[in-house]
Amino acid sequence: MNKKSDLVFIGLLSLCTVFFLGGCSDILLFNPKGPIGDAERFVIIVSIALMLIVVIPVFIMVFLFPRKYRASNTKATYMPKWSHSAKIEWVIWLVPAIIITVLGILIWNTTHRLDPYKPIVTGVKPISIEAVSLDWKWLFIYPEQNIATVNQLVFPANVPLSFRITSATVMTSFFIPQLGSQIYAMAGMQTRLNLMADETGTYLGQNQQFSGRGYADMSFKATAVSREQFEAWVQKIKQSPDRLDLSRYEKLEKPSTGYSVMSFSSVKTDLFDYIISKYNEPMAMNPDITKEGFGPMQPKTGALEKS
Amino acid sequence: MFGKLSLSAIPYHEPIVMGAVIGSILLAMVILVLITYYQKWTILWKEWLTSVDHKRIGIMYIILSLVMMLRGLADAVMMRSHQALSAGMSHGFLTPDHFSQVFSAHGTIMIIFVAMPFLVGLMNLVVPPQIGSRDVAFPYLNSVSLWLTVAGAMLVMVSLGVGEFSKAGWSGYAPLTELKYSPGTGVDYWIWAFQIAGIGSLVTSINFLVTILKMRAPGMTLMRMPIFIWTVLCTAVLMVLSFPVLTVALSMLTLDRYLGMHFFTNTLGGNMMMYVNLFWIWGHPEVYIVVLPAFGIFSEVVATFSGKPLFGYTSMVFATMAIMVLSFSVWLHHFFTMGASPNVNIFFGITTMIIAVPTGVKVFNWLFTMYRGRIRFTTPMFWTLGFIITFTIGGMAGVLLASPPADYVLHNSLFLIAHFHSMLISGALFGYFAGYSYWFPKATGFTLNEKWGKRAFWSWLIGFYLAFIPLYVLGFMGMPRRMAHYDILAWQPYLIIAAGGLAVILIGVLCQMIQLVVSIKERHIARDLTGDPWDGRTLEWAMASPPAIYNFAATPEVHGIDAFADMKEKGIAYVKPDRYQDIHMPKNTAAGFVNGVLSFIFGFAMVWYIWWLAGISALGMLVTVIIRSTDDNTDFAVPAAEVERIENLRYRELANAVAMPRLTGDQAMP
Repeated sequence: MNKKSDLVFIGLLSLCTVFFLGGCSDILLFNPKGPIGDAERFVIIVSIALMLIVVIPVFIMVFLFPRKYRASNTKATYMPKWSHSAKIEWVIWLVPAIIITVLGILIWNTTHRLDPYKPIVTGVKPISIEAVSLDWKWLFIYPEQNIATVNQLVFPANVPLSFRITSATVMTSFFIPQLGSQIYAMAGMQTRLNLMADETGTYLGQNQQFSGRGYADMSFKATAVSREQFEAWVQKIKQSPDRLDLSRYEKLEKPSTGYSVMSFSSVKTDLFDYIISKYNEPMAMNPDITKEGFGPMQPKTGALEKS
Repeated sequence: MFGKLSLSAIPYHEPIVMGAVIGSILLAMVILVLITYYQKWTILWKEWLTSVDHKRIGIMYIILSLVMMLRGLADAVMMRSHQALSAGMSHGFLTPDHFSQVFSAHGTIMIIFVAMPFLVGLMNLVVPPQIGSRDVAFPYLNSVSLWLTVAGAMLVMVSLGVGEFSKAGWSGYAPLTELKYSPGTGVDYWIWAFQIAGIGSLVTSINFLVTILKMRAPGMTLMRMPIFIWTVLCTAVLMVLSFPVLTVALSMLTLDRYLGMHFFTNTLGGNMMMYVNLFWIWGHPEVYIVVLPAFGIFSEVVATFSGKPLFGYTSMVFATMAIMVLSFSVWLHHFFTMGASPNVNIFFGITTMIIAVPTGVKVFNWLFTMYRGRIRFTTPMFWTLGFIITFTIGGMAGVLLASPPADYVLHNSLFLIAHFHSMLISGALFGYFAGYSYWFPKATGFTLNEKWGKRAFWSWLIGFYLAFIPLYVLGFMGMPRRMAHYDILAWQPYLIIAAGGLAVILIGVLCQMIQLVVSIKERHIARDLTGDPWDGRTLEWAMASPPAIYNFAATPEVHGIDAFADMKEKGIAYVKPDRYQDIHMPKNTAAGFVNGVLSFIFGFAMVWYIWWLAGISALGMLVTVIIRSTDDNTDFAVPAAEVERIENLRYRELANAVAMPRLTGDQAMP
């Protein structure tokens, strides 16, 4: 058993190594392109390293003990009554506890620092983008530029992106793996996400929460470009004949499958807030809440907002 | 008349589904014909279907689990082979709708109809004898639980051929499961299968809680209970507390779907976040419900085959209880990405990580039990060693996912899938397999074939790593779960390896089937005459294999933790009592079986909106319960003379068995 299991273990280890060395650029989470993704990779690596302090001794013991104390090895010490040692028990409770304490401190700090709601401070004014998940596509509204796109997210590198996210269908999750954090999109609510790319390039973006028939194709291209290229792109979208008014939105909202790209040269004012308010109809009967529901929202950092 | 049900509900146009349906029907026909041919209907009805004996019920639970495992594995085969093919231009062989039914059914079946029945089956087989009891506290309720679980499983099976199964995942997140987004009958099948089996589990947990607290042999204080009993006790507490939450969440969803209410809808004040919270308030304890008793099995196995008491019994008890308590404070880690404030996420992240401490302690306790022991490498011991390695890797992945910043990028990815399969396949299934081969002789009177058992183990272990290490990597590559199709070709090689891994696992399953057949064929060679084939330490090994209906002719007295090891050491293990007494046992009853059949009809009628049939079957259940409750004639006495006759036979067998060499497992050592 021992020889066989050693061989299996070594085989698996080398298999893992081959996997990791095999295609580093394909391992998106270890190849981040922004400060958030970078910090999250750091948390992953440090956590694994810390845990190995406990895990490696376990691996050693699980091979050593059965080999040494196998029944056929009559030379090994046999203590048929031995079942308690205060010293060992202190160690096996304390060492994991200490490691978890260190990990706890690490996540206390990093969770605060990497709060998806926390704006990224760089001195550059962030770009606001509103993302709406529809069946089964992503609508991106650029309120400052008054344009909108479907399944196509273009933004300047080295500029913080401030997302407001909602859904006009079931719960979905907005995720660009190489930039970092994902966040759910839920109807009648807005969630927030702050990301930044520090390199130009085209990254995979996707829905990470199963949402029905067209889920698998609900991906988009997230393209980070230079400032000038971004301005040029905005001008190009502004030439688009398609305009996103209410009737066009209602057509767009209808379920469709497959990946397609669209662009709109103008957007109905406050469309994003309108989409949220649609799911909060009983509140519309109360005039005070109506005002709040349609007006610009004052999101509190980190709290879930039901408008 | 038949609600929404019409002939168009049968998916004629789906060749894969129809193939499975026809296969299942043919198999059922063959079994029915065989039973008729061998004239076993009377025995089947009198001794099995209506039985309230915990041993028979346990065996029936395990058979249900193994049958459903084949169905769950068939789903896994479809998913793995479909994903291995559906890259780029190819869209594989399943439509997205069919693919989502397959993964929803796989999850539902593996948790509710494989893990739970296997676990409850082992509990039934082992708990009463380990505490020196003759049965569970409520034998009739036990039979009700079994048949409710079977009814749920049958609903899932019927959904294959009549209508469809849920396309919304095993966790059934609202609002995807609301009528607006899932108008078909699939979600209703899922709801009623889950609900009916869930009530069965709730009833079981009450039964075992009372059994363990009230029916222990004299001298067995709480701190002398075998660790398996401790883990079952903690699991029963978890079930009693968490299953009502599931019942309520599913009921609210039912009200949304059937009566147009708005608990979890997108509009009119509904809130889907409530569903997600309620589901995981049950769902996370559920993980520990299926894992804790497996920990108990590993503890029994490792102590027995190391020829030593378990290292750190007290630590083990407190670690189990710590896990039980903590498991209710971690549910939010299933949705760190919902947008809660950092402090909320940190709270749940840290509570989750804290669970790693008692779990780690357990791993070290098992290791130090082996230390300075005399280890016999039997099949159960192999499963245990395979578990320790796999579980440690899965645990590392778990602590990683407990850290909110890591979860922000790993959530809902294949990394998560790899993590929980590491925990559930090694932590639950390997444990049940260990228990299966460990207690098989106790249930049947002969041991399982070791050679095929070890072949099964190696196939499962190697297959597991081939199937799931690629999924860990794919998680880091950004691949989400539940993809019916993907465009990134770099993912495909890993999915092909994973499909190959599943093929190796299937070889393992094949070995297990061969093992069962070979063992039954060679049962005369592998007879367990002593009732103690492994040199066991706990009371179940004091009984004959298989035990008499009353388990113990005289109630044993307990003086220490490993009661039977203690008796053997003092030489009082097989002492004949001076005289025997009449033993009162519960009578078999058809009420449990009838209840199960009626609840299946009720569930089916509700799925198809056949209101009159639902009404009649609900009334039928009520009447069955009332009739049985007013029946005063529910037990019978085994006369002392009969007990004496059975026990004398047992002592004769024991005397013959002394000369038999004990199976050590060393024969299979290279």
